[in-house]
Amino acid sequence: MTDRPGGAGDVPPRTDTDAIAAWRRRQPAGGTKSRRFPWSDVVTTVAAFVLALLLGALLMIVSDTEVRGKFAYFFARPSDALVASGQKVGGAYAALIKGAVGGYGPITETTAQAAPLICAGLGVGLAFRAGLFNIGAQGQAIWGAVLAAYVGFTWHLPPGIHLLVAIVAGLLGGGIWGAIVGWLKARAGAHEVIVTIMMNYIAAGLLAYLLTTTAFQRPGRTDPISPIVDWNATFPRLEGGQLHLGFLLALLAAGAVWWILDRSTIGFAIRAVGANPHASATAGMSVSRTTVITMTLAGALAGLAGVQAALGPTASGVPVPLSAGIVGSVGFDAITVALLGRSKPLGTVLAGLLFGALHAGGLAMQSIAQTPLTLTTVLQALIVLFVAAPALVHRILPFVKARRARSATTVGKGGLA
Amino acid sequence: MTAEARAVPASGTAVGLQLRGITKRFGALVANDRIDLDIVPGEIHCLLGENGAGKSTLMNVLYGLLQPDEGTITIDGAVHTSESPKEAMGAGIGMVHQHFMLVDVFTVAENLVLGREPGTAGFLTMGAARNTVRQLSERYHLRVEPDALVEDLPVGVQQRVEILKALANDARYLIFDEPTAVLTPQEIDELMDVMRSLRDEGRAIVFITHKLREVRAIADKITVIRRGRVVGTAKPTDTEAQLAELMVGRAVSLTVDKKPAKPSKEPRLVVSGVSIASPSGALVVDDLDLEVAGGEIVCVAGVQGNGQTELAEALLGLIKISTGSVLLDGTPIGNADPKVIIDAGLGFVPEDRKHDGFVGSFTVAENLVLNHFDEPPYARGIALDLDKIKANAGERVGEFDIRTQSIETPLASLSGGNQQKVVLARELSRPLSVLIASQPTRGVDVGAIEFLHGRLVAERDRGTAVLIVSTELDEVAALADRIAVMYRGRIVGIVSPDTSREVLGLMMAGVPAEEAMAHASVRTQSEEDAAFEAALKEEPE
Repeated sequence: MTDRPGGAGDVPPRTDTDAIAAWRRRQPAGGTKSRRFPWSDVVTTVAAFVLALLLGALLMIVSDTEVRGKFAYFFARPSDALVASGQKVGGAYAALIKGAVGGYGPITETTAQAAPLICAGLGVGLAFRAGLFNIGAQGQAIWGAVLAAYVGFTWHLPPGIHLLVAIVAGLLGGGIWGAIVGWLKARAGAHEVIVTIMMNYIAAGLLAYLLTTTAFQRPGRTDPISPIVDWNATFPRLEGGQLHLGFLLALLAAGAVWWILDRSTIGFAIRAVGANPHASATAGMSVSRTTVITMTLAGALAGLAGVQAALGPTASGVPVPLSAGIVGSVGFDAITVALLGRSKPLGTVLAGLLFGALHAGGLAMQSIAQTPLTLTTVLQALIVLFVAAPALVHRILPFVKARRARSATTVGKGGLA
Repeated sequence: MTAEARAVPASGTAVGLQLRGITKRFGALVANDRIDLDIVPGEIHCLLGENGAGKSTLMNVLYGLLQPDEGTITIDGAVHTSESPKEAMGAGIGMVHQHFMLVDVFTVAENLVLGREPGTAGFLTMGAARNTVRQLSERYHLRVEPDALVEDLPVGVQQRVEILKALANDARYLIFDEPTAVLTPQEIDELMDVMRSLRDEGRAIVFITHKLREVRAIADKITVIRRGRVVGTAKPTDTEAQLAELMVGRAVSLTVDKKPAKPSKEPRLVVSGVSIASPSGALVVDDLDLEVAGGEIVCVAGVQGNGQTELAEALLGLIKISTGSVLLDGTPIGNADPKVIIDAGLGFVPEDRKHDGFVGSFTVAENLVLNHFDEPPYARGIALDLDKIKANAGERVGEFDIRTQSIETPLASLSGGNQQKVVLARELSRPLSVLIASQPTRGVDVGAIEFLHGRLVAERDRGTAVLIVSTELDEVAALADRIAVMYRGRIVGIVSPDTSREVLGLMMAGVPAEEAMAHASVRTQSEEDAAFEAALKEEPE
């Protein structure tokens, strides 16, 4: 390992410092650049899932009056209660799986649900890497949706061009909304958490106001809803399912973020500033410039999530018209997705797909097994809770060994610390 | 020469603390290999070894932070097992850490009672803690204000708080882990006085260090550790060269081999009338003039906190100068953007390497291009050229003998000396007009110091103007062609490198050069060294 030019034969093959460095490398406090695949993280994540599903099952049993009734005479005829519980839980989870991955239709529903989550998750994750906690994906997504939808239903351009212009408008909307945050932080030292939260309120309020103006309100309607986006500005969709351009865009965005972070000078500065702003400044990097660039990019990514909401076709083939709830809670779910994906592009895609699957499956659970939709929300929350607290999983399931206790620290490295 | 050969009291119950056959492994690495050590009350026992030799691991075992794989610890003949620092403290073992374990936003008194907060009915009663601070600081002449916030205190005073913390616990065995690494010469002298008075009270002191001069000045007993093993014991009267050889395992040159400087006629760095105001408005650098010619090394010596840090940072453009001008090869660079100044040919080695010098989670290769990653050949447009970055890293690792597993290793996991080599390699890998290096060898082991000093002199000989800011007088004397002593933001005087420590010490306290010369008993380094050796010989064991 020390076969360097100039190192004469008397240099021992393994020096003291080398050996120390070797064990330090194995310590949890090591860098984020580990090339080995984190198998223990995967095992822990799977274990977190199992735990969440078990708790979810328990909730289903407890919350169902019929099943609970059978437990009243459990000691007289335990089979009744057990069979009922099994049917209840089994039916619900079967529906969940069927709705998420049971065939082409459900799978494409999953990808459709996942796409905006991936985009917004990338926006939050990118900011994490620069040491910024972007709570503002919600507001950025709203502006992405507003501008994309406006271009979509107001302008009437040729096919292709119309879609392109609408997407760019959405990216700009989110990007500018994010850039304002970056600029305020760089110039005035305003903390991005406070600023982004406030910007979310402002964005939501402005959207509500815009929907009452003649430019946005659908003619002939009194409720706050916009016209339907032109066919030319709607994401093209593959026949027979919900697989549309949005998912492809999300994957492209993930690839672009990977390239920016790992292969570009901008990403180098983002990662350096995120990991050690003092050393970055000493090396001549501009921390404020990097902050503004990062927030602009993060905003544009979250804006793309809004574009997905505004231009992505629903089952009926046309996008949802612009309304106060157009982006749902994508900006907040994105924080979870980014945390779950450890702020890495590939991780974010996987976490986004998982959440997309839970969304899609949750809908099926509701319609097929009559399980309340709130239960899937609880299930999601439980999964995130367990994934975010690996120590908890290891305590409950001691055989799931923590080889490296880095799961909890990786996020901190990404910028929460 | 082996540890076993040393005498153990013949009586069955030995007094003091004994380590027998302590072995600690980290995976394949044996950090401590069957170490025997006797720590006797009333003695200052120096543990000498390079960074990574296993000194700190051994002390962490003793302090209960790590559990040994083999071996026993006995205190006054009774076997002691410490599972935690709390138990070690209970057994009378105290530790002054290299990186202080203090809560910055708490006061001195609050830090003192941390972990055993005094209180009645849930309310903190700090009065007693304040009194303890006052009593202890009076008794040991460790001046500390009990209500001062730790974060407001200079490093030397923070260390006093650490010592007080151990003393408040009435520690009979005090471990000092590299205590002088962060101190100025004056503070080191004060610390040594404190250590002596603690010893004379009958406490046992373990002093971990790699600085030979300090060892010889204070040790009663010296144990040398190399690669996890005790390689021998030494006497304070042994020469520095002997100690260094034992410690490093080969003969090392302690003096810097350099030819007389050939300074250029025109100065390459001209600082004239520069003042810098602190955020609170006070002048930390006050109308300062300094010129550095190409091909010479000027060392700025001074007690920490006299404006050296600010001066260095302002020259890089990190903080603003309020008045005055800075010329680099005739080009004004005062208050320019750091990027512009770096590109103009200023190399910068920051004082606090971990904080400002590199990104710990970045790889060696990435850190080697940290200040020119966005320029050709490492970037084409906004795309990084990873192959070029790797090729550069391969070259630098060879050229600077950087000991790393690979160029993809995160820099945080390398030793301090190798981290500093990376920083210096980065700065010296481009053509420079001026190199500013603050504390270039702080916390770096002897072998690496030799190398780093050699590179600095080589850079001088290439015609670069080298400005070094250092609080270590050994380093200043070894490297400087001229010494500029700084006091309260001004240059008190510029003297030759052979000036004695006594004169330099007086100048660091603000006494002008001529006056200091007149007051001092010895004026040159060589006279002073002779006196030091004579004193060592006289002193009884």
